Amino acid sequence: MIKIKNLHATIDGKEILKGLNLEVKAGEVHAIMGPNGAGKSTLASVLAGREEYEVTEGTVEFDGKNLLELDTEDRAREGLFLAFQYPIEIPGVSNVNFLRTALNEIREYKGEEQISAKDFMALVREKSALVELDAKLASRAVNEGFSGGEKKRNEIFQMAMLEPKLAILDETDSGLDIDALRIVAKGVNTLKSSENATIVITHYQRLLDYIIPDFVHVLYDGKIVKTGTKDLALELEERGYDWIKAEVEAK
Amino acid sequence: MNEILQENKLTAFINNLSPTSLNFSNELLQSATISLLTNDFPTTRKEAWKYTRVGRIAAIKAAPKSAISSSPTPFTIDSNALTFVFENGEFIPSLSSAIIPKGISIKSLSFCDAEELSQIGKLAKVDGEIFTAMNVAYANDGLFIKIADHIILEQSIQITHILRGKNNVSNFRNYIHAGKFSKAHIIQGYFSQNATHCFSNVVTEIVTGENAFLTIDKIQYEEMGNFHVATEEVQQDKNSTFTINTLTLDGTLVRNNLTIGVTGVNCTTNLNGVYLLKENQHVDNHTIVDHCAPNCESHELYKGVIDDSATAVFNGKVFVRKDSQKINAFQSNANVLLSDSATMNSKPELEIYADDVKCSHGSTTGQLDDEAIFYLRARGISEKSARHLMVSAFIGDVLGKIENEKVLEFTHSILKDRFGWEF
Ligand SMILES: Nc1ncnc2c1ncn2[C@@H]1O[C@H](COP(=O)(O)OP(=O)(O)OP(=O)(O)O)[C@@H](O)[C@H]1O
Ligand SMILES: [Mg+2]
Repeated sequence: MIKIKNLHATIDGKEILKGLNLEVKAGEVHAIMGPNGAGKSTLASVLAGREEYEVTEGTVEFDGKNLLELDTEDRAREGLFLAFQYPIEIPGVSNVNFLRTALNEIREYKGEEQISAKDFMALVREKSALVELDAKLASRAVNEGFSGGEKKRNEIFQMAMLEPKLAILDETDSGLDIDALRIVAKGVNTLKSSENATIVITHYQRLLDYIIPDFVHVLYDGKIVKTGTKDLALELEERGYDWIKAEVEAK
Repeated sequence: MNEILQENKLTAFINNLSPTSLNFSNELLQSATISLLTNDFPTTRKEAWKYTRVGRIAAIKAAPKSAISSSPTPFTIDSNALTFVFENGEFIPSLSSAIIPKGISIKSLSFCDAEELSQIGKLAKVDGEIFTAMNVAYANDGLFIKIADHIILEQSIQITHILRGKNNVSNFRNYIHAGKFSKAHIIQGYFSQNATHCFSNVVTEIVTGENAFLTIDKIQYEEMGNFHVATEEVQQDKNSTFTINTLTLDGTLVRNNLTIGVTGVNCTTNLNGVYLLKENQHVDNHTIVDHCAPNCESHELYKGVIDDSATAVFNGKVFVRKDSQKINAFQSNANVLLSDSATMNSKPELEIYADDVKCSHGSTTGQLDDEAIFYLRARGISEKSARHLMVSAFIGDVLGKIENEKVLEFTHSILKDRFGWEF
């Protein structure tokens, strides 16, 4: 699905990603953990195509295509979805309105027909029910006046609407209460198939009780420095990152 | 001060115009003439014209009055409205409604008697105001509307003014009186067809009687290459509600002078404006809300989207006179610049001489939020559509103030045709 090789990226001349390697196959769930400032959100941003970042080295192959050559919108149309760590508010732009535009532009890109208003509304009902997002919130302006948890749920709602091939969830669990966490996890698990894949960036092992990862990676200082199974998450929760740092420095 | 000036740009300009054939009072005509002889076109040294140069208007060599074409206008906002069509300031009876409902009097000024014409010039002063003075002394024609007391008009009244030809100057004059407890909706549409170097100089006096409810939607959609100066003088009597929505969608140079004198108690005043500019357009909105009586509220919201090397100006004054207590006056001007060479000059002003008032004003000018555009693109929306969504969101709340469906529909069709914005 996605193959990241030796990825280096800088922002304002400062190197943040320093030779990152990661491969995710269809049907898999990968968790990325790592200390604050390690570069997790940077990785997500670079993959989504945020222009402030400059890729100085390395390749990213997404579903056989050179991802780094595509514009942000084309990456999304190819099936990449980023649930933002800090979803912004867009006053005046209605959630459903923009999602209809998005769906239709994605369909147009794929040479498919536009979605009818009726089918679209049915889809909104189905997907908002899935993430238990109040239908009223679904039609309000994007994230405007939403609580922190509602914003995160709205990200998952959008993911459900767009049905991406690869979803990257950047700390979607932070700020969620236990119920919301369960709902978000249910959304992710329901949408999971052998055709798609998920990368969850998190600081908390508890999310991984709900969304069971096939692999857990530790991102530290711009690189994936350790990979394991979900037991690694438990270990990190217990021991923190110092031992990882020590291991890295020992090399 | 009243010294008669030698040949200047203004005298050269008016030399090409034909004196009005309307029977205005001698007094009005005289003061207009004096005003014109003792002034010149305003320069940017004049505070009210600081950002707006009228040199290109002054440079027009007005063509002699020629026969109007009377051909149908392609611009109809509301086909069910009582419609009155003017071309280059001249009335076209063949395109205008012939049957007028009971209780209202509507006619072109050329059909008005001396008593009716004596209403003209009471609110719009000619002294020092050369465009208003010119509009009197060289008036072509215009519409006289009088709605009798207690009349509720279901039908809208539509004034359609169309510019055609080259170097034509239209001094277009309207008078609107909404009687006590009356209710009416008036559409003013300013258009052009195959016109260039034409100038519309419009003056409209509006009296909103006691308990009257009057709404005006004004659409300015004259092609690039033409010029427009509009002066509206409004008087609000007690308990009245007056709303004016000004939509400026095209034109090389557009200047609006909107002055609302709230002279009665318990009035509500709404003034909303949308101006959408591109290329090298220049649009200047000067508004004054003058609260002369207590217990009133005014709501002003003007929003602009400025692209390319266009320039917009907003100057909004709110006066709250001494003893005008319990006034709620809100004013807001917000602008989005879509290009680095777009310019906005915004100056909101509050002058408050009463103490028990609630007033606020604010002005913002900025760019579309890049973060928001990135967010939308990250969902698969093209940059162009993302910008459209943001622009539509930005002007959405002002457009939301327009209650008339026909006007909204028309506005949306222009947004699509002229700007490619579909929402
Ligand atoms: N414009 C910038 N200039 C310089 N450094 C920057 C800039 N933007 C971000 N950084 C740095 O990049 C590093 C990586 O940030 P990033 O947001 O990717 O971390 P993260 O792993 O997601 O952390 P967290 O767990 O706190 O979310 C941080 O040290 C941050 O300060
Ligand atoms: Mg982060």
